[in-house]
Amino acid sequence: MAITAPLVQPASHLWSISPWRISHVRRELADTFTLTLDPPADAADAAAAFLPGQFNMLYVFGCGEVPISISGAAGEGGRLKHTIRAVGAVTRALRQLRAGDVVGVRGPFGAGWPIDDTAGSDVVIVAGGIGLAPLRPAVEAILHARERYGRFIVLYGARSPEDILFARDLGRWSSRLDTYVDVTVDRAAGAWRGNVGLVTALIARVGLEAEHTVAFLCGPEAMMRFAVGALAKRGVEAGRTYLSLERNMKCGVGLCGRCQLAGHFVCRDGPVFRLDRIPNVFQVREL
Amino acid sequence: MAGATRPDDGACVLDTGALEQLIELLRADGYRVVGPQVTDGAIVLNTIAGASDLPAGVTDDQEPGRYRLRQGTPEALFGYAAPPQGWKRFLFAPDETLWRAVRTEGGFRCEEEPLASGRTAMLGVRPCDLRAVDILDQVFTRSGVVDPRYQARRAATLIIAVECTQAGGTCFCASMGSGPDIVADDANSGADIILTEYTTAGAPLLLARPVSGRGGELLASVQCRQATAADCEAAAEAVKSAARSMGRQMPADVATLVGRSLDHPHWEDVAARCLGCGNCTAVCPTCFCSTVEDSTDIAGTTAERRRRWDSCFTRDFSTLHGGPIRSSGAARYRQWLAHKLAHWWEQFGRSGCVGCGRCITWCPVGIDITAEARALTEREGRTDANH
Amino acid sequence: MQIIDAIGRSLQQVPVFADLSADYHQLVAGCGALSVFQSGETIYREGAAADSFYVIRRGRVRLEAHVPGRPPCIVDSLGANDPLGWSWLVPPYRLQFDAKALELTRLIRFDAACLRRKMADDPRFACAIYERLVPVIVGRLAEARRQLMDLYGQPAGRSQAWR
Repeated sequence: MAITAPLVQPASHLWSISPWRISHVRRELADTFTLTLDPPADAADAAAAFLPGQFNMLYVFGCGEVPISISGAAGEGGRLKHTIRAVGAVTRALRQLRAGDVVGVRGPFGAGWPIDDTAGSDVVIVAGGIGLAPLRPAVEAILHARERYGRFIVLYGARSPEDILFARDLGRWSSRLDTYVDVTVDRAAGAWRGNVGLVTALIARVGLEAEHTVAFLCGPEAMMRFAVGALAKRGVEAGRTYLSLERNMKCGVGLCGRCQLAGHFVCRDGPVFRLDRIPNVFQVREL
Repeated sequence: MAGATRPDDGACVLDTGALEQLIELLRADGYRVVGPQVTDGAIVLNTIAGASDLPAGVTDDQEPGRYRLRQGTPEALFGYAAPPQGWKRFLFAPDETLWRAVRTEGGFRCEEEPLASGRTAMLGVRPCDLRAVDILDQVFTRSGVVDPRYQARRAATLIIAVECTQAGGTCFCASMGSGPDIVADDANSGADIILTEYTTAGAPLLLARPVSGRGGELLASVQCRQATAADCEAAAEAVKSAARSMGRQMPADVATLVGRSLDHPHWEDVAARCLGCGNCTAVCPTCFCSTVEDSTDIAGTTAERRRRWDSCFTRDFSTLHGGPIRSSGAARYRQWLAHKLAHWWEQFGRSGCVGCGRCITWCPVGIDITAEARALTEREGRTDANH
Repeated sequence: MQIIDAIGRSLQQVPVFADLSADYHQLVAGCGALSVFQSGETIYREGAAADSFYVIRRGRVRLEAHVPGRPPCIVDSLGANDPLGWSWLVPPYRLQFDAKALELTRLIRFDAACLRRKMADDPRFACAIYERLVPVIVGRLAEARRQLMDLYGQPAGRSQAWR
């Protein structure tokens, strides 16, 4: 797994896309799938370098480009995974692609999770829905250097038992004695033996020492708003809370202006922000 | 202000003939000279062949939502305020191809569109617009990732600025610290030559200050006389009178005022008048937001990506899956004004507004950015009084 | 008395009652008994008399509603330290959902009639109990309403979506 400093995008190739080949398509959920991408031969080394939480712009020939978080690395040779939910024209076009097809890639872009800076702390990961995708590399990175962290807690909320993303990974993490994993769903019937309720209920129940804890959040913005409230109730302050935001973006490097949010460009200064650096985001509507 | 020009700054005085010569020299040197000219009842920036294309004896009336040309000081070449379109389009193309891609066996190959070639001389850039160019320079070339397309055009551009000796009906550059004179040191202004039009007894003259080496060479090659102290004084006085006659101003504390007014009820008030047309963003000399458009030819074998100017007033601008984040007109107006006047400081250490007044003139319903900013203060005061 | 002391002590570990005075801990504990349910066992059923109030010490419990012809609809799940049941607070004292243990679950069971009697005798005690249970009720209502928002569902109008 290659996790190193972000690349500096050479200016002369700012807009150039490089063709990556799909080596594998995995259906995750009814509307969600993971593409495993092989870098072009001349870019394999550089391509492997990414920070958990960073994203690539993925291009479908003639159709358009969308920012998609990197949801994992795969083996050697700089292979990357992107987990995508088909919700619009480009993501639906991505879903039509098969192994062997080519996707245009620009990136990786943005600031990732503070994996190194939070070593020594307890870490609580709070994910909702497809928000687990940009957090999966963070979980893997922490597990990779597990001894550098204190308690490690992964809390995940999904719509229903059928909508639980990366169930196999959740099971694998959960089987470790040094990691606490809890999952909840909004609605369930019959055979489901797990939790039902909002992910905030998991935050209220989990044992944590606020002053040693940092939280990483990713999910729908309203879910993060509620989760931030639940964490604050447990004493986890904004200065120890990190979240990944989503905004409309076209360039990925702070030039197109679309993802400007207060004093930041989400593509360049985020998508991962420390909450106290974006204090207005949940207070002011339609910001 | 850089201080009054003194005769020993290398300043010289150009008449129309000398200006003609200057334009000739630039054209001979391969420059496309762009300057103001009267087209369809407005002053439009476009390629000029000579000084005779400039709008001699013409001035403009500008008010919120209104723009008209009329006769001005006879023979004056620069007796009007900011023209409808700024200079942005010559540096940051409104619509350009970024790359083309061709399907190959089992994939595709992407080829970047070559960078713009050819040199441009921009003649008649006002201090507000000169500041706007510097702001765009900062956005595109001094804030991290450099935009190669902007950078290439900017590097091939020569700027002849003209100080303002007449305030426009909607401008407020004095309160933004960006005019009517060249407020930065000449050397840091971004101009190559700075002109000031003034009248001594008789025809208008142009006091010319060389700034860059290239500007100095050009002035040395035209037939002009050295400026005297009287020339410099007359020019300085003309600029001062423009500052004095400027009717509008932006509240000095506008950045913090807007920053703490994001939930202010006044945004709804503006939204009730705002048509959401985006004219303000189209004429703003510093608005830099863009979108990209991907398309293919009809056979699906070649694709291209174009970059176009975009406006935060469109719903599409903030659309994520599901819908726009800023669905209300109030949120979109606030986005524009708050970015320009407040958040720009956090991002770039200065205001994104240069006080040119274009957004006021070209708003079809005459929304006045200075009045809206002031309304935030007034309502704030009233709220405080109630508590 | 030993049992009641033990219950009083374990109540101090339960966040919702942790800050009750020692006297009130004794009052509450006086109505308590320990109870254990095996995985899959029903703790109570909708419609039955709400004669008990529970605090979960270990294990997990789910609340569900019976729907004829369909699998039961799960409305909430509770775990260690969570109070279980509040129908005992309001007439006609009838349970509104089924509660089922999902694993071996240990609870403290309080006799509702006993608590109600003590609350009627001492309005300040009643107030202390309400002050601690109402926030739980309000929190669960807010969560239930947020569950209704279908936060993770596909947004409406997505055919126009940019992505």
